[in-house]
Amino acid sequence: MNVNQQPPMASPYGQPQPGYSQPSYAPLGGGYPGPYGPYSGPATAYQPGAPQGSARGPPPVSTNQAYSQYAQGDIQNGPPPMDHSMAQPAQRPPVCQPYSHGAMNLSGPHPSYPQQYGVQPSMQQMTNQMSGMQVGSGPLTSAGPGYAPPPSSEPPISAAYSAAAPPSYTQAPHPVSGAPSQPPPPSEPAAPQPYYDGPPPSQQPPFPSSAPPPSQPFPSSSPYSGPPLPANPGPLQSLDNSPSHLAPSPAQQTFPNSAPPPVSQALYSGPLPPPDLALSHLPCIPCPVPCRPAPRPTPLPPGPMQQPPQPGMHGGYPTQQNGAFGQPRGPQPGYAGPQYPGQQNYGAVPAPTPAPTQKRLDPDSIPSPIQVIEDDRANKSSEPFTTGVKGQTPPLVTTNFQVKDQGNASPRFVRCTAYNIPCTADMAKQSQVPLAAVIKPLAMLPPDETRPYMVDHGEAGPIRCNRCKAYMCPYMQFIEGGRRFQCGFCSCVTDVPPHYFQHLDHTGKRVDCCDRPELSLGSYEFVATVDYCKNNKLPQPPSFIFFIDVSYNAVKSGMVNIVCQELKTLLDYLPRENPEADSVVRVGFVTYNKVLHFYNVKSSLAQPQMMVVSDVSDMFLPLLDGFLVNVNDSRMVIESLLDQIPEMFADTRETETVFGPVIQAGLEALKAADCAGKLFLFHSSLPIAEAPGKLKNREDKKLVGTDKEKSLFQPQSGFYSNLSKECVAQGCCVDLFLFPNQYVDVATLGVVPVSTGGSVYKYTYFQAEMDRERFLNDLRRDVQKPMGFDAVMRVRTSTGIRATDFFGSFFMSNTTDVELAGLDCDKTVTVEFRHDDKLSEDTGALMQCAVLYTSCSGQRRLRVHNMAVNCCSQLADLYRNCETDTIINFFSKYAYRSLLNTPTKTVRDTLVNQCAQILACYRKNCASPSSAGQLILPECMKLLPVYLNCVLKSDVLQPGADVSVDDRAYLRQLLSCMDVSESHVFFYPRLLPLVKLDGGSLPMAVRNSEERLSKGGVYLLETGLYLFLWVGANAQQELLSNIFGTPTFSQIDPNMTSLPELDNPFSQRLREIIDSFRSQRSRYMKLMVVKQEDKAELIFKHFLCEDKSASGGASYVDFLCHMHKEIRQLLS
Amino acid sequence: MREWRVAMATYQEFIQQNEDRDGVRFSWNLWPSSRLEATRLVVPVSCLFTPLKERPDLPPVQYEPVLCSRANCKAVLNPLCQVDYRAKIWACNFCFQRNPFPPSYAGISDVNQPAELMPQFSTIEYIVQRGPPNPLIFLYVVDTCLEEEDLQALKESLQMSLSLLPPNALVGLITFGRMVQVHELSCEGIAKSYVFRGTKELSSKQIQEMLGLTNPSATGPQGRPAAPQDPAVTCRFLQPVHKVDMNLTDLLGELQRDPWPVPQGKRPLRSTGIALSIAVGLLEGTFPNTGARVMMFMGGPPTQGPGMVVGDELKTPIRSWHDITKDNARHLKKATKYYDALANRAASNGHSIDIYACALDQTGLLEMKCLSNLTGGHIAMGDSFNTSLFKQTFQRVFSKDHNGEFRMAFGGTLEVSTSRELKVSGAIGPCVSLNAKGPCISENEVGVGGTTQWKICSLSPSTTLALYFEVVNQHNAPIPQGGRGAVQFVTQYQHSNTQRRIRVTTVARNWADAQSQIQHIESSFDQEASAVIMARLGVFRAESEEGPDVLRWLDRQLIRLFMFHLRRSPFLQVFNNSPDECSYYRHHFVCQNLTQSLIMIQPILYSYSFHGPPEPVLLDSGSILPDRILLMDTFFQLVIYHGETIAQWRKAGYQEQPEYENFKHLLVAPVDDAQEILQTRFPMPRYIDTEHGGSQARFLLSKVNPSQTHNNLYSWGQETGAPILTDDVSLQVFMDHLKKLAVSSAA
Repeated sequence: MNVNQQPPMASPYGQPQPGYSQPSYAPLGGGYPGPYGPYSGPATAYQPGAPQGSARGPPPVSTNQAYSQYAQGDIQNGPPPMDHSMAQPAQRPPVCQPYSHGAMNLSGPHPSYPQQYGVQPSMQQMTNQMSGMQVGSGPLTSAGPGYAPPPSSEPPISAAYSAAAPPSYTQAPHPVSGAPSQPPPPSEPAAPQPYYDGPPPSQQPPFPSSAPPPSQPFPSSSPYSGPPLPANPGPLQSLDNSPSHLAPSPAQQTFPNSAPPPVSQALYSGPLPPPDLALSHLPCIPCPVPCRPAPRPTPLPPGPMQQPPQPGMHGGYPTQQNGAFGQPRGPQPGYAGPQYPGQQNYGAVPAPTPAPTQKRLDPDSIPSPIQVIEDDRANKSSEPFTTGVKGQTPPLVTTNFQVKDQGNASPRFVRCTAYNIPCTADMAKQSQVPLAAVIKPLAMLPPDETRPYMVDHGEAGPIRCNRCKAYMCPYMQFIEGGRRFQCGFCSCVTDVPPHYFQHLDHTGKRVDCCDRPELSLGSYEFVATVDYCKNNKLPQPPSFIFFIDVSYNAVKSGMVNIVCQELKTLLDYLPRENPEADSVVRVGFVTYNKVLHFYNVKSSLAQPQMMVVSDVSDMFLPLLDGFLVNVNDSRMVIESLLDQIPEMFADTRETETVFGPVIQAGLEALKAADCAGKLFLFHSSLPIAEAPGKLKNREDKKLVGTDKEKSLFQPQSGFYSNLSKECVAQGCCVDLFLFPNQYVDVATLGVVPVSTGGSVYKYTYFQAEMDRERFLNDLRRDVQKPMGFDAVMRVRTSTGIRATDFFGSFFMSNTTDVELAGLDCDKTVTVEFRHDDKLSEDTGALMQCAVLYTSCSGQRRLRVHNMAVNCCSQLADLYRNCETDTIINFFSKYAYRSLLNTPTKTVRDTLVNQCAQILACYRKNCASPSSAGQLILPECMKLLPVYLNCVLKSDVLQPGADVSVDDRAYLRQLLSCMDVSESHVFFYPRLLPLVKLDGGSLPMAVRNSEERLSKGGVYLLETGLYLFLWVGANAQQELLSNIFGTPTFSQIDPNMTSLPELDNPFSQRLREIIDSFRSQRSRYMKLMVVKQEDKAELIFKHFLCEDKSASGGASYVDFLCHMHKEIRQLLS
Repeated sequence: MREWRVAMATYQEFIQQNEDRDGVRFSWNLWPSSRLEATRLVVPVSCLFTPLKERPDLPPVQYEPVLCSRANCKAVLNPLCQVDYRAKIWACNFCFQRNPFPPSYAGISDVNQPAELMPQFSTIEYIVQRGPPNPLIFLYVVDTCLEEEDLQALKESLQMSLSLLPPNALVGLITFGRMVQVHELSCEGIAKSYVFRGTKELSSKQIQEMLGLTNPSATGPQGRPAAPQDPAVTCRFLQPVHKVDMNLTDLLGELQRDPWPVPQGKRPLRSTGIALSIAVGLLEGTFPNTGARVMMFMGGPPTQGPGMVVGDELKTPIRSWHDITKDNARHLKKATKYYDALANRAASNGHSIDIYACALDQTGLLEMKCLSNLTGGHIAMGDSFNTSLFKQTFQRVFSKDHNGEFRMAFGGTLEVSTSRELKVSGAIGPCVSLNAKGPCISENEVGVGGTTQWKICSLSPSTTLALYFEVVNQHNAPIPQGGRGAVQFVTQYQHSNTQRRIRVTTVARNWADAQSQIQHIESSFDQEASAVIMARLGVFRAESEEGPDVLRWLDRQLIRLFMFHLRRSPFLQVFNNSPDECSYYRHHFVCQNLTQSLIMIQPILYSYSFHGPPEPVLLDSGSILPDRILLMDTFFQLVIYHGETIAQWRKAGYQEQPEYENFKHLLVAPVDDAQEILQTRFPMPRYIDTEHGGSQARFLLSKVNPSQTHNNLYSWGQETGAPILTDDVSLQVFMDHLKKLAVSSAA
């Protein structure tokens, strides 16, 4: 049977298995019962009879057999012939079986978990099976029109698709709002059906059809019909197994085949929508059938855990692809058939034994991010989002919507984790839902929304509350006929200055309410007076200083040349407020290696003058006049300089660089010019030259995974943090462009940029031809983007809560003021709130974020964002009005920051715990009673597990062997100031099938799993940092011709960084899409073409975050099971 | 031994002839033969020696000198040596070592003598070939904290100077203000300079590292082995003039004033100390022991960093004599010490430092004087770079002799050998000791002593050292009648045409028994030389001791006429002169030759009138008459003073009228004479054209002997002369007093 296959797989994984296998056996025999016990409980609840029986009782024959075989297989290691169903495709079937084992394990002993956790295969396998089953049923061609067809690949893919689609539906959605999981369908194991029945999404006509299939496959389902769970048993078993050996590998192999069609997801979404219920119940382990779901709850079959530890994931992958893939597909046609058997088992299994069936938790049955996104898009993008209503959750970041400011800040400026916050600290603590706001104070708005109005309150400055100093805003209550106002934050009453007096109307509102932005809008700006300026002096316009590393590596990589060329034109695009006028930003230039070269580019000079400062130990500015100049005045000199720099250093042999003195030099320059500004550093290597801030190479891979790992994220010395303090005091923002060929200690080099509101860009192994475009676009954007300088941000809140913690790129010298030497339109500051008193449901909670900054024209301004949220005394309200994306954004920032002081493992555990607590709290307090074995997720948070898993699997928290310490430090810093939309795509990349690209809309995304990829298709994956164009090995020739201009797969150049400009609608549209994607992100995404089965595919697969990751990250399904287990532990 | 015959009719002629031939003037031309007697003479046996006295009639010989083979002698073969032509042996006249002639002298005989044996070649110059010729090096160190006009003028002067340099000379440029910039001259396109903070002292090694002058292979990625270094190639900061002429001209043209803002009430920040240390460090690292001239141009005092002389607060004035005596000069000691150390470093590497200080106020010459004093550099002082005084002085640095060669030499060492009866006590002049021990060193140190060799980093034809000797012969060991003492001066130097040369001067004087021949000895006394020699000693002491003490010492030591003026001169008298001026005057006094020194001590006054040809007159207020034009030359100033009547005539414009052409001629005559002096004098004197009652007349009035003052005006009751408003005593009173003292002390 399947077993056979496993062994081989096992070998790659190696060690774990042997150990496992044997022990596992033993348990199997007698021990099992024990572990199962606990699980069974829940299971029973669900489905009393069948599941339990299956689990405990003598497994159904089939399962047993499978099991035993499996076991044997492991032990023997012998090559497994395909016992079951599919003769040839053998692999798959086997998989199924193993899975089932796995499933059993899952439910079972927790201890085993960790190991299993790592391994994900089982889940996938299960899904495979599911899909397989469905396939059989799989009439749902509709789902993937494009997919199905794929000629060559057809077998696998098409099959998968069609099959998948249907199943997914069934399972995932729980259409029926009605009862808890049970009602749905008897068919339930097959899950699909029930869903379908329920509220089939309009879109999903296929469903009905599909429904049948599932049922068919599971004749046995009837037993299931009980509620759930056959599944339960499954998981349990799997758990047990896993420890033993559930060959993880098999899982993987199966994977490909099973790949549930993307379509299914779509369907899924349909059902989900159910508004109120929002809860998705996930059947706990019961996996296969999981969803019995309650109305809206999304039941998730957990199951994954089973897998044996599969360290070797990587190894496994390739093999699967290569070999397994092909095979499975071949069989496809027959697939349905073969699989059926498996399914049968499944069906049977549940009842009888945990065997094969349980294991598979159909991925389509678990909450699909794609579905959620699509639903939100469908429901919320049509109407503008008005901010007037308190406590309203805005549309998701993935939805295009228009905002009308009616008194609260637009979600483009402020997003909260929860829009109904608990009235008491106890509630908040109980729920564990973080209360935080992700604020992007200077966010760019789409053209159809007006940017915040400018308000001038005259010489006396903005009108503020006398006590708490909150700025005039819509929450100020005018009283006594308008002569005084009461502060909404602290309730203090303040006199209205005479020049600001206005009568009130009959409702107590000022009659000029609508004419004054500060009385009617959520976001606006004040003109700041001299009192708001440093030293009580109006600021000078800011300056930009460019520091170009001209050491050997920098020159050789072509960076110097590119920068110099680009600056010549870029200088015409310095930020300005009035597009008609010239920018008032002055510029200066410095090159450096282990000494610094300043340039005098005074307009009166015929040639620039270079001034070398070798005394880097004690940096100073060698010249004043002529260093910072107006671009237009000195254009000739600057151009001459930029022409000459590459020549001057073309033959350099200097390899050492300094870094600290470079920043010091910029700082000195700004001090001397008495202005704020931004330093652009183009740097190539670890600064080892003798100078302050000299670093040593401390990269030590051995530390990874140990308690000392955190030291890798900490700066090497305090030098840079001290320096950054000085920079902040001067308003000196540092942007760092790195071009490393080896370790450069990003963790240390990034200290100053991160503390000054700057950015770090990293171009590892920079090659002029390959990376030029990305770098230049980043640079252009970085130079041009609107930003404020020398900023201070203060968040005021109404009584009862207060801002306690801040995340982002800034510096804080006290506990309340966020100081940013620079604040650009892409930077966010995340603020965490905590209760310090009770809140009232009547008044809600208010928050005012005020940012004082100097504009690029040198004007001092105050930008104010106001946000009011509801307070709730019912936890349900909290869970109903929160935003998972934002929560994830907060969690990830929190976790990434914790890395500095806490071992990585602890950080991960904490995350999982908190998440489990959130969900457990919901389950305990808000969900309608149901079987304890059922996983029930709040509607608003049903994606929490999948996203959280992505966070846990991220390179920062769980690095693969090929992820350098620098990369992790880089990503860690990068994330700290991401907004929600960026963090969303960063953790859950967008995967678009490139099928028909006609029309203005994008094709619907598919879930990030390898099994969703069709060998005959081409996919575009957006990660926020990269774009991948994945080309299936059997992609249609026409498609290839349209995209690449060649019909032959093998002729596609995997090194291309941009697509050929072909004159066909498909190509044009594709390039449009790519362009539009790029324009949405703050960093330019380099396009990489990945050919299936090419080496580079590993990188691509890394982003398929629902799958097991090469670094040992759990698959979605596995993680969900794990989560479920955690929750159950909490509940019990 | 050849007879050394004093054929001159008078000592006057003898002295003159000796000076013309050898550049030597002794205080005594007969030497007392015992230590005791010598001591009694008060003025020691000593001489003024001008090593590179211009001798157009002396062609250098193209071979190496022959040295005495005794290790601690090494005297050069000279006309005083006894020669055995047959045996081809010569006896050293200092140590009496008998030496064979080298093989190349095989052909000598009584009638075939090498030049160095001929009496008229008591001074002879050898050209020797040693190593590759070293180019001359000129490193400009330029203050940029100047007024725009000044800077412009200075830039032009500097640009002009490029055309005066020998084409193969290396030239470098350092500018300073708040920062110090070392300009790289080799680069094309972008002008490149290395910048140093003006407040941080760096070691020579650090400076070289920061300038990238250390072995480049150490930093090269390929680890290419270091090519043997040719400093001229390696050092981008010092380049041949012919290569960087255009480049440097442009660079100088673009030189900006120091851009750092100078707040109200502050002095600009000048990092003079660091600029100099970098200049010294640069040369030290690249061209040690090669002739080089650091030429520093400064327009104000150093105000920051090591070597600062005054703070940047304008309300704190720069130190005055008053402050110094009250020990109120905060930076004085530190700065002096700093510049001393620098000067010694430069001197030990054979580099000289010129200071061209042009400012209305003091610039810190007091602290910095040793830079030039010890290295043989020039000091020029003026009010502004935009004056002909500076411009011409600077231009004159590059003046050429009749052979078209620069009147400068570098890296000189002077070695003195003496007969056994004589020892060297020391030298006073622009030199430093080389600490060369030898048998002829006296235990009594005078000036810079304890050595037989001195280094003179830069020499001009007028550079003159005073050398002091001690007669060590004991009274009970009389020298036979007709015995002679000899002194040999061996000067090795780098000629401006890069040749190494050695000039050897050997002189001898007769010994005389002071008891029996005291008249002879007296008559051999060289009053002028003695005056200068003693004045140098006075100045040297004044540098190190309190002013009044020196005067007292001088009064005790000397009862001579000259001392009246010397006492009044700025060399010893600090009243009315700033510390800087004193340093300036003293600097020149200790390196000028006898004639010039005399002028400095007692200015020359010429009188022009219708009554006859111009005549020298007494430097006395009585010489100031209404119908005379006076021309006074104090070395540092040239004053043309028109008497009251003359001034009135001139104002009336008589000189314009043809019938008064003689008046015109009278007016022109002193001007022409002054021009003549101006032509040759270095540094350029301040040229003053004034008249009776003019404010500038003070230059004259302060110098003349105040025989008529407001105190005794009426007692004189004569119409001639002009009364001087001073409390100083007149020469008459001085003499009276002196006589009284002499008599009383004798009694």
